[in-house]
Amino acid sequence: MSIRKWLVPGLYILFLMLPIYWLLNMSFKTTNEILGGFSLWPQEFTTENYVAIFTDPTWYNGYINSLIYVLINTVISVSVALPAAYAFSRYRFLGDKHLFFWLLTNRMAPPAVFALPFFQLYSAVGLFDTYWAVALAHCLFNIPLAVWILEGFMSGVPKELDETAYVDGYSFWHFFGRIFIPTITAGIGVAAFFCFMFSWVELLLAKTLTSVAAKPIAATMTRTASSSGYELGLLAAAGALTIIPGAIVIWFVRNYIAKGFALGRV
Amino acid sequence: MITKTRNQKAWFLVLPVILLVAFNAIIPLMTVVNYSVQETFGDNLFFWEGVRWFEEVLHSPRFHEALVRQLTFTGIILLIEIPLGVMIALQMPRSGPWVSVCLVLMALPLLIPWNVVGAMWNIFALPDIGLLGRVLNATGLDYNFTRDPLAAWVTVILMDVWHWTSLVVLLAYAGLSSIPDAYYQAARIDGASRWAIFRYIQLPKMKRVLTIAVLLRFMDSFMIYTEPFVLTGGGPGNATTFLSIDLVKTALGQFDLGPAAAMSLIYFLIILLLSWLFYTLTMRNEGH
Amino acid sequence: MAQITLDGIRHSYLAAPSGEQDWALKNMDMVWEDGGAYALLGSSGCGKTTLLNIISGLLMPTAGRVLFGEKEVTALPPDQRNIAQVFQFPVVYDTMTVYDNLAFPLRNRGLDEKTVDARVQEIAAMIDLTSSLHNRAAGLTADGKQKISLGRGLVRSDVNAILFDEPLTVIDPHLKWQLRSKLKELHHRVGATMIYVTHDQTEAMTFADQVVVMHGGRVVQAGTPVELFETPAHTFVGHFIGSPGMNILPAHICDGQVVTQGTVVLTTAGQRVAAQSGARLEVGVRPEHVYFAREGIEVEVLKVADSGRFRIVDTRHEQQLIRVLLSEAEPVPQGSARVAFRAEKTHLYVDQWRLTKGGDLR
Repeated sequence: MSIRKWLVPGLYILFLMLPIYWLLNMSFKTTNEILGGFSLWPQEFTTENYVAIFTDPTWYNGYINSLIYVLINTVISVSVALPAAYAFSRYRFLGDKHLFFWLLTNRMAPPAVFALPFFQLYSAVGLFDTYWAVALAHCLFNIPLAVWILEGFMSGVPKELDETAYVDGYSFWHFFGRIFIPTITAGIGVAAFFCFMFSWVELLLAKTLTSVAAKPIAATMTRTASSSGYELGLLAAAGALTIIPGAIVIWFVRNYIAKGFALGRV
Repeated sequence: MITKTRNQKAWFLVLPVILLVAFNAIIPLMTVVNYSVQETFGDNLFFWEGVRWFEEVLHSPRFHEALVRQLTFTGIILLIEIPLGVMIALQMPRSGPWVSVCLVLMALPLLIPWNVVGAMWNIFALPDIGLLGRVLNATGLDYNFTRDPLAAWVTVILMDVWHWTSLVVLLAYAGLSSIPDAYYQAARIDGASRWAIFRYIQLPKMKRVLTIAVLLRFMDSFMIYTEPFVLTGGGPGNATTFLSIDLVKTALGQFDLGPAAAMSLIYFLIILLLSWLFYTLTMRNEGH
Repeated sequence: MAQITLDGIRHSYLAAPSGEQDWALKNMDMVWEDGGAYALLGSSGCGKTTLLNIISGLLMPTAGRVLFGEKEVTALPPDQRNIAQVFQFPVVYDTMTVYDNLAFPLRNRGLDEKTVDARVQEIAAMIDLTSSLHNRAAGLTADGKQKISLGRGLVRSDVNAILFDEPLTVIDPHLKWQLRSKLKELHHRVGATMIYVTHDQTEAMTFADQVVVMHGGRVVQAGTPVELFETPAHTFVGHFIGSPGMNILPAHICDGQVVTQGTVVLTTAGQRVAAQSGARLEVGVRPEHVYFAREGIEVEVLKVADSGRFRIVDTRHEQQLIRVLLSEAEPVPQGSARVAFRAEKTHLYVDQWRLTKGGDLR
C-alpha cells in the first residue's frame, strides 16, 4: 500500500534526480576520465574542480555577483510591490484594472525582445556592468509577479483588520508596518521566493547587461565552456554549485510553496 | 470578497511600481518601435521606412518557420506537462512528513539557472559520455541530438518536461489540498467512481490554478531561449531555432536592427493576443 | 429499513494506542431503533463525529461490530450501506445544476433516467427546490446548498438512516429554525432513522425523541429530553443540559445521611454507598429545585439575573456557588438567606455517576 502510494511521485523524482546526479558525477571526475570513457560513478574521485572554483576569483566572484543582484532585486521588487498590492486589494481608483493588466503584460514580454534596448538604456544612464543594472532590469518581470502574488494574499485578509486599526488611531504607515505586514509574512515569503527564483535563473538579460565587474556566475560558465576548450568537469562543478542557493531558499519556504500561487488571483 | 472603497490617493501607493516598471518597459519599447520603422547604416544615421520591416517579417519564410516551430513546441510541452503534472499531483499523498521533502525535491529544477539546465542536459544527453545518450544507444537506437533533428526535438522537449512539470505539480497540488475532506466523504457516500470524483470535485477545484499553470507555461515556453540555445544552439541546422533564438540571431548576430525590432513587436503581440484569448475563453466558460 | 446496532465499538486514530487518552471512542454498545430521531450531543472533541463516521462507513472502527438489522456491515464501504450524511459545511458539486446534484447518487448506481427524473422531482418538491432545479448549484445560498446535500441523501429510496454532522453551523440564525422544522417534517414523511450531531442543546432537544449525550469518548446517557433534564446520569449531563446547568456540590456521608455544606440534604441514600469508601461523592440539584426556606444552607445572595419568565439568583455558601431559579412572582431575599433542595429531585453522584434507587450506579 505504502509503496504503491509513492510509486508515481517516486518515479518522477527519480527522473528529476538523474540529470542532477549525472552533473554531480561529472563534477567529481578528472578531465581525463571524462574524455576517457563512460562510467556510472567517478573512478578516480577528485575535488579538484571545486578547489579550482573556490581559489579562482573570476569563478567565485561570479557567485557573489549573482547573489548580490538577485538579493537587490528581491528587496526592491517586494518592497515596492507591497504598497501597490495593498492599493489594488483595498481601493478602487481611476484606471486600476487597466493598470493591473498592464503590469501583468510585462510578465509576458520576452527578454529577448528587451535585450538590445536594455543594453542601450543602461549604457546611456551609466549603469552598464553594475549590479543595479541587472537588479533593475529584472524588476520588469518580478514586480508584476510580486504585486500579483501579494494582492492575492492581501485579499484574503479581512478588511475589518484595517478598519479596527484606523479606529484605534493608527496612521496608515504605522498600521501598514506594524500590523498589516506581519499578518501577511507568508505571502511576502512566497513573493520573495518567486522573485529570487526568476532573478536567479534568468541569464539573457543578466549576461547582456554585464561584462566584467558584475558578471553573473552563469555567464562565467558559458565563456569557460567555449573559450577554454572542453573543461566539462569544471563546468559541471560550477553548475552543481548553482543549485545550492536555490535549494536553501526552497527549504525555507517549503510549507508555503504549494499555497503560493493558489492564493494569487487570475 | 472584499468591497473596495474608492480612493484616488491609492495612486501614490502604486506610483513606485509604475515608475520602475515604466522605466524598464516603456523606454525600451519606444526604442524598439523607433527601430522598427527605420533603417540604419551605422553612425547613428536613420531613415524612415514605415511599415516595410513589418511586411518583410510577416512575409519571410524564416519567421514563419520559427513561428511554426515555436507553436509546435509550446503545444507539445503543454500537452505533456499539464496532464502529467496533474496526474502526479493526484498521486501525491495528502499529508505526511514526506510530502514537504517531495515538494522540495520537485521544486529543485525550477531554481537552477537556465543555462545550467541546458549544460546539464547537454552533459546528460551526449551520445558518448552522457547517461541518457549512452543508454539510448545501448538499446540499439541511433541517438545523437547534435546530428539528428528528431533527436534534438525529443531532447529539448524532454528537458523542458524535466524543467517545468514540477511547476504544474505544485500548482495542482495546491489546488487539491484546498479541497475539504467532506467533499471526498460525500462522494463516497454518493457512490461516485474515481473518475467522477476527478471530474466533478477535483478538476473544478483545480480549475483556477490550472488556468494559472497553462498561462505561465504558455508564456514562458513561448519565450524560451537559454536552455535550447545552450543545449543545441538552435540546431542541427535550424531545427530547434525558436522565436527568441531567431530574434537574438537577427538582432545581435547580424545587427539587423530594423527587422529585429519589427519581429520583436510582432512576437510580443502574439503572446499578448494568445494569452488574452485563452484567459477570456476560460473566464467566459466560468460564467462570470 | 433496519435498526443499527453498535457492538463493542472502540476506535483510535493512532496505529498503536497505549493509554486511555489515545482512544477517541471507548467501548460503546448502542442500539438505534429503526425510524427514530436521535440527537448526538456533546462538546467538541468528545467523539461525536468519529461515531457518526463509523456508522456511515467513512471510518473503520479499531474494534467491535456495526450491524444494520441482522447484517454485519463493519467492513462495508459507505456507498453500500444505504446511509446518507449531511456535513457541517455544505458539499455541492459546483459545476452541476441542482438537478444533476440530486440525480448524482442515483446515476452513480446506474438507475435509468426515467426513475431518476421521477425521484429528483419528488425530492425537489419535498425540500422546496423545484424552482431552482436548473440553476447552477454553486450560486445557491448556504441553506440552499445544505438542502441539496440533504436531498442527495433523501433521493435514494433505499436509505436506512440519514446522519447529520452539525448541519446548521453555517446557516443564518433566522433560517436555522426553518430548516430544523423542515427536518422534523421530513422525518415524519420519510420515516428514515435520523442521527443529528450537535453541540447545541436546544437544537438537540427540539429535534430529537432520544438524545444521546457523549463525553470523553463514551456515551454517558441516552434518553428523552425530559429524562436528561430531570435525572442526569452523569454530572457532565447535569452541567451540559439546562441553562443554567445543575448545581454540583461536594458531599460526604455522615450517619447514613448525605451532607453537603454542613447540612443534611438526603436522608435515605447514605447506607447504599457506605461500602464504597474513597469514592468522590457529589450532590446534584437543578436550580429549578432549589428554593429559599427558613431551614437549610446558609447563603449570601450575590446577584440576580432576570431572563424574562424567571430569575436566576447566584448565592454563595463560603466558596461554593449555588444557583437558584425563581419565577417572576417569587420574592428574592436580600443579603443572607437560607436555601433548601427538593429531596426527590436531588441526586447523589459517586465518581460522577448517579446513584439510582436500587443502589446501582447510573
